[in-house]
Amino acid sequence: MDVSQYLEIFIDESNEHLQSISDGVMVLEKEPDNQDTINEIFRAAHSLKGMAGTMGYKRMQNLTHDMENVFSEVRNGNINVTSEMCDVLFQCMDALETYVSNIQANQDEGTDDNEDIIKALNAFIAGVGGDKKDKKDTPKEEAAKEEAAKEEAPKEEAGKAAAGDALEGLTLADFEKAAVNEAIEKNISVYNIKVSVEESCVLKAARAFLVFKNLEGHCEVIKSDPTTQDIEDERFDFDFRILITTEEPLDTIINIIKSVSEIKDAESKQVTEKIGEEAEKEEVKQETKPAKQETKPAKPAAKPAGKEAAKPAAKPVSHTVRVDIEKLDVLMNLVSELIIAKNGLVSASNDGENGGIKSANFTEQIEYLERVTTNLHESVMKVRMMPIESVISKFPRMVRDLSKKLDKKMELYITGEDTELDRTVIDEIGDPIMHMIRNSADHGLEPTEVRIERGKPEAGTIELNAFQEGNNVVIEVKDDGNGVDTERVKAKAVEKGAITQEQADSMTEKEAIDLLFRPSFSTAEKITDVSGRGVGLDVVKSKIEALGGDVEVKSVFGQGSTFSIRLPLTLAIIQALMVKLGDEKYAISLGSIETIEDIAISEIKYVHAKEVIHLRGSVIPLIRLREILDVPGEPEESDTIVVVIVRKGDKLAGLVVDSLIGQMEIVIKSLGKYISINKMISGATILGDGSVALIIDANTLV
Amino acid sequence: MDNVNAIEDKSMDNSTSVQYIVVKIGSEQYGININYIDNIVRSEPITRVPKTQTYYKGVINLRGEIIPVMSVRIKLGLEPDEFTDKTRFIIVKVDGATIGVIVDQVKEVVTLDNDSIEKVNKANNSDAAANYIESIGKSNGELISLLDIVGLIVEASDK
Repeated sequence: MDVSQYLEIFIDESNEHLQSISDGVMVLEKEPDNQDTINEIFRAAHSLKGMAGTMGYKRMQNLTHDMENVFSEVRNGNINVTSEMCDVLFQCMDALETYVSNIQANQDEGTDDNEDIIKALNAFIAGVGGDKKDKKDTPKEEAAKEEAAKEEAPKEEAGKAAAGDALEGLTLADFEKAAVNEAIEKNISVYNIKVSVEESCVLKAARAFLVFKNLEGHCEVIKSDPTTQDIEDERFDFDFRILITTEEPLDTIINIIKSVSEIKDAESKQVTEKIGEEAEKEEVKQETKPAKQETKPAKPAAKPAGKEAAKPAAKPVSHTVRVDIEKLDVLMNLVSELIIAKNGLVSASNDGENGGIKSANFTEQIEYLERVTTNLHESVMKVRMMPIESVISKFPRMVRDLSKKLDKKMELYITGEDTELDRTVIDEIGDPIMHMIRNSADHGLEPTEVRIERGKPEAGTIELNAFQEGNNVVIEVKDDGNGVDTERVKAKAVEKGAITQEQADSMTEKEAIDLLFRPSFSTAEKITDVSGRGVGLDVVKSKIEALGGDVEVKSVFGQGSTFSIRLPLTLAIIQALMVKLGDEKYAISLGSIETIEDIAISEIKYVHAKEVIHLRGSVIPLIRLREILDVPGEPEESDTIVVVIVRKGDKLAGLVVDSLIGQMEIVIKSLGKYISINKMISGATILGDGSVALIIDANTLV
Repeated sequence: MDNVNAIEDKSMDNSTSVQYIVVKIGSEQYGININYIDNIVRSEPITRVPKTQTYYKGVINLRGEIIPVMSVRIKLGLEPDEFTDKTRFIIVKVDGATIGVIVDQVKEVVTLDNDSIEKVNKANNSDAAANYIESIGKSNGELISLLDIVGLIVEASDK
């Protein structure tokens, strides 16, 4: 079968399943008895196996199969989740991830059989005692189901257990039991039918729907599992059960079901005895072999009740369309052009001297157009936004591994995983955050003994917080470890010849911390394979700066440090304040602006020969934009200055401008490759009259 | 510089005769290989970019794209540009980047075959301008300095 067209879906879904298994195992490690999680993991593992099998990836299927067996044992309560088991499971997950990434790269799963992992997994199963013989057989049954052709009868006891119940897999409510009993009384046959859909079937829900539709008029469906609603929403694996009452012969019913294409099989059991309060156990079944050579129903889920019922929750179905990011880029560019054209229209209408149009209606229409373009832009941006969750969901696992590797106890707390960022940023942000967490775990947190000595909780805390602040998204990695030892950092820098001793002596705390971001700077005294290989925070910094953001460190020696990454929310279109400096126009992102003030010259004070102003209790340094931007000419003498107060984190600065033009929606454009741009210019934009204005990145000035 | 040579070689190999646009910068005539030229536009107001290379006069808006504009005069160590109504921006595409080059006047298009192009030996020459002249073309008895436009732009970024 040609499955290449499903490859993308396969890869996406495999990653999703792997992530949910991984999350689940993390939970299990802490609460080994969490039934919901066990069920969820089992379902994910099962789907994964099915998908791998369908796509013909045998190695992946085998490995998943063995993993599923372990989960199945756990689910049946035969083995308990242990830390060692989680280790093996995580190894297993890594191996599966390797398969998937191999498949993604060259459509081939690779040749690694991962036999040692399979062995380790089987060892857990083998550990289950022989006294539970019947249960021990469940994996075999599972295998039997996979190789349906071999009609290898399971061991006798197991056979009994599995076939022991005509109502297998169904839990009936009282009224449903009543309906069954009533039918039996009236001599109407009651059948429990398991319908299996081909595993290659893409439109499972549609096939299932056809089954129901065709059965209409031939029988009455009392109960289905999952519920009809879930079946229609495709929330089932490859089979579902229905309990029907009918007066027609069973063969007719089976044939009707099988007449729907892509239905693999339908097997049925007749329910012949009334259901008492004790329900299932007392039933005597009569098994009717269907036409095909299917073995006995061998779901390991022979356990009734809640577990099966939880099945539909497998995966919430959202109505989404996968769109190539390039198409979105085209759309985004078109929106940008539209906004430039709109700005042109606005400026043409205001241009009174050259016969601009000044009718009330025209202005109204322009305003309408403005609203539409703004909304359009926002919608397109939202389409490109993704929650940061997709990046950080792998970190709990990473911290767990780090904790073992470094032999330090630590906990990761995450907040704000639903904070959204542009897709292009999301793709790039994973590595820097990972690096910072590793950094915190390795350098930040002290060894356990030291922590106890210092009276800190034994387990170190790493917090990962994401939140929005103005037009920026801030991602913080905070630890309660040692903090940055600035003296050691300085000593190291001197030793490496990066700075001189005099420089070191006159350095402020902040400057010393900034040394950490120098290329190939690592204070770790011994090189571990976690961090300290010389590719350090400078890589983080350059990556973040390439994305238009910046990195900041706050640290209290002995108490911990906080690394904050600040990223622009959007990359392409922003609301900006237009200001004038001499004859030149500049844009300042509205997101970073706190307030705009008129300040009398007399209010300017001097601290360390630098201009500052007092504003509502805080001292704000002034930055003369004319000077730092080398604007030609001299400013006009005046008694007051216009100061734009900008904020970065908790720091403020006042930018002195000549005059304000107004607020405008601007499209950020790059200045091209070969022209060298100072950091404080974050790009350029085209104004309504066609001229170009540069955008000042206030963050670099504060 | 490897890729620069590759680009040059390609343009030279493609045909035995190459078309050049002849422009006037200062008192001299220069030729720019037409293969690199995207467009020629009238001069328009340039937005100054602070703290950039001196030979970049700034940026312009070319049909919605922002293009840096370079002064060949400053780059070659000549007098600063004087903008007249004959001043043109030659928009060149090099190595994926689009850049405007300021010239005093665009004169004509000439076709030069290999016989009428003479390589100059760069090594012997310490003159700043000569570094960016890759050869001398002869057309109708006049000499045209053929600009190494790739070197002019790509190398500029190294400094």
